[in-house]
Amino acid sequence: MNKFLSLVAGAAMAANMAAADDSTLAIAYNVSLPSWDGTVGPSAVNPTIQSIYKSVFDQYIDQNPDLTFKPGLLTDWGWNEDRTKVYMEVREGAKWHNGDPVTPADVVWSLERAGNADTGNPIQFLWSTLGNFTVEGNRVEADVLRFDPTIFKWMAFLTAYVLPKDYYTEVGAEGFEKAPIGSGPYMVDEYVADSFVRLKRFDDYWGDAPQFETVIFKFVPDASARVAEVETGASDITLEIPYEEYDRLVAKDGLSGVTTPVSDIGMIFINDVDVMEDPNVRKAAAHAINKPLIVDRLLRGYGVPIDTLQAPQYSAFNADTKVAYDPEKAKELLAASGYSADNPVKFKIQTTRGFKPKDYEMIQAITGMWKRVGIEAEIEVYEIAKHFDLRARDELAPAAFYNWGNSIGDPSTSTGFSMFGPSPHSTWDTDDVDGMIGALWGEVDEAKRIDGYKAVDAYIAENAMVIPLLQFVQPIVYRDGLTVTPHVANFLLPQNVSTQ
Amino acid sequence: MTRFALSLASIGLTLLGVSVVVFAILRLVPGDPIAMMLPPGATDEVRANLERLYGLDKSIAQQYLIWLGDVVRLDFGTSTQFRLPVLEVILDRLPATLELVLLASLIAGLLAFTLSILAVWLQTPLATFVIDGLSGLAQAIPDFLWALIFILIVTLFLPNMPISGRFDPRTAQEFSTNFFLLESLVTLRFQAFAELMRYAILPATALALPLAAGITRVLKSSLEEAMAQDYVMLAQTKGKSRLTIVLGEALRNAMVPTIALTSVQLTFLIGGTVLIERQFSLPGIGSAAISAVLNRDLPLIQGIVMIFALIFILINLSSNGLYKLADPRLRKPR
Repeated sequence: MNKFLSLVAGAAMAANMAAADDSTLAIAYNVSLPSWDGTVGPSAVNPTIQSIYKSVFDQYIDQNPDLTFKPGLLTDWGWNEDRTKVYMEVREGAKWHNGDPVTPADVVWSLERAGNADTGNPIQFLWSTLGNFTVEGNRVEADVLRFDPTIFKWMAFLTAYVLPKDYYTEVGAEGFEKAPIGSGPYMVDEYVADSFVRLKRFDDYWGDAPQFETVIFKFVPDASARVAEVETGASDITLEIPYEEYDRLVAKDGLSGVTTPVSDIGMIFINDVDVMEDPNVRKAAAHAINKPLIVDRLLRGYGVPIDTLQAPQYSAFNADTKVAYDPEKAKELLAASGYSADNPVKFKIQTTRGFKPKDYEMIQAITGMWKRVGIEAEIEVYEIAKHFDLRARDELAPAAFYNWGNSIGDPSTSTGFSMFGPSPHSTWDTDDVDGMIGALWGEVDEAKRIDGYKAVDAYIAENAMVIPLLQFVQPIVYRDGLTVTPHVANFLLPQNVSTQ
Repeated sequence: MTRFALSLASIGLTLLGVSVVVFAILRLVPGDPIAMMLPPGATDEVRANLERLYGLDKSIAQQYLIWLGDVVRLDFGTSTQFRLPVLEVILDRLPATLELVLLASLIAGLLAFTLSILAVWLQTPLATFVIDGLSGLAQAIPDFLWALIFILIVTLFLPNMPISGRFDPRTAQEFSTNFFLLESLVTLRFQAFAELMRYAILPATALALPLAAGITRVLKSSLEEAMAQDYVMLAQTKGKSRLTIVLGEALRNAMVPTIALTSVQLTFLIGGTVLIERQFSLPGIGSAAISAVLNRDLPLIQGIVMIFALIFILINLSSNGLYKLADPRLRKPR
């Protein structure tokens, strides 16, 4: 019977694929795009929709699939000797989708707008570190009002899109939402909110011409519907599906797949309250978790166990910093604080359910591992909005599972902001860690800054102030005949898809 | 005239009550919209600035009064995620939801009337068993599970049936309204209508099945009750066929409880669009409601709840009118 069903589905898929044409790429995408202005509002800091922005808009600086940086609309950039000024060379020959040239004035306007508190750019605090812009030819210079060593990395990150000054000023915010133009490889042809966006290749794009003339992002938030889309051939490619489905689909004729560890990690935030003020409890909790087992059994091998907040592709990753799985050591540490399997230490752990692959199941497994050494954790399921609310108010439970993305791979945007007490994203507030991280914020010497973060990570790991679990893996399934270059930043870019 | 004025006042008071409750709940439950848009590295100043920009720096009472003052002028604010006026977002999507609900109601009504009349007309144990079984099954499975079942069936057997969107995104659509189905019918574009129906039939059927089952049960038992009345026996003695009696005599009397149930179920049907629209990627109010809740888009949530409340009130008022049409005893003597 199964064979029969498989044959029927296979024949159906073949029929649909035959109808598909090679000039169009249909992507069953996992989230919807609510707004076309990637520089303001909640969409601007939503990492999952950046693929669509990056198809239509150019960033100041771009990233290769391995997270290394490459020119975007800026071809050269840097500081002067004493870090009091920055310079940026704006690309010649780039055009907006309405045919107007991209000018240094567009770059200056975009940066000034981003740094203006009244526009609502959530990263305004960073963009406002530059000011007093001057333009000479294609070269833009600006004063460094407050030195931030990551400013150029941020130019490839959230909200770092160059928008057309004249067009935006003419049509206004609402007009831009209805008819957006950028300078990226694709231009918006039709957009139906919560349903799809159809993009057309921009023939005047300054970079390599993408292969597909038409790209359709179908917004399909339901995972089973995404599976059906690619399985029936209604879409050519999809992502973010359960790993079980990934394994099933890539085993079928006509479909292929690729999995890549991406810049997104799963971690347990530790709040320095109650029993978590006892280092023995924290360390025991960390040593009692068998991360490889979780990856193998729950995630079918699709995950990379990690011991710091740096994934292997990040610039401050240090393979030597390890937290061993050692349940006996965990028992000893707990015993030193008077706890045992018969007299367990008790605390609450919060987790999402269904937000990340097997999130709740992972926490269930972890509480099981903890129980064996003398930790009794009560699980509370919370939703995403509540997590952010509690995190901003520093009221998370003693332990709380969530994820952390960092597509520029800088340690300041992982360890820095998640562990520095005054940050609204940190639940750990102690003077020792704040002092170590605080000294690195304005560090001019890049090598020294990266080494400094490696030392912070080692200190945090040794004292179990956070429990990093794993780096997530992005599954992508696509029809045979396509070549897909996955991106470590978790992007699915149509310009990185071609036919063989 | 007085009754009309009283009805309007009653609608206004109900909406006011709904607005107070929704406004307060949204601000009291955990889930701070500003916290969700704070990037790594945001400072307290950034947070305060965003709160000011989104008007969340004032007391709840102040926020409510400002919002209410704007709503009176039909300004529901600006959606934080869509960055467009809330009313525009809602009106843009309302047609998709209304067409889905309308189609689901038609399917449910058609199924329910056919099955109920068949059961009462045939009056055989087998027919009763089959129809009761089918309606029991349809009612036992919620609409979102029917949607999943349909998606599975499509994957296996009907690959050409679309499962996402309202129309083929590969083709350009030329409509002057967002009521695509109705407009294609009115303008006699039957090919476009058929194509749109291909996209609408699965979500509408998933939504319709539990409603069809509910109506079938009530209509069937009402018909059976009506068929036991004296006037039916009188009709039988006149030699009328059973089907003629069911359709001509019993059906009208069975309609009153059916209308009462259908109006209640219709409100559930509209509620059901929230999940169905998401599963089938339909750009209606339901999918907007989910993304508004997930992203804590407070102005949009408030706007959608108010529109839903208004629709529910209108359905109740309409069903009152329908009772009177179906049952002359409820009409006021002239």
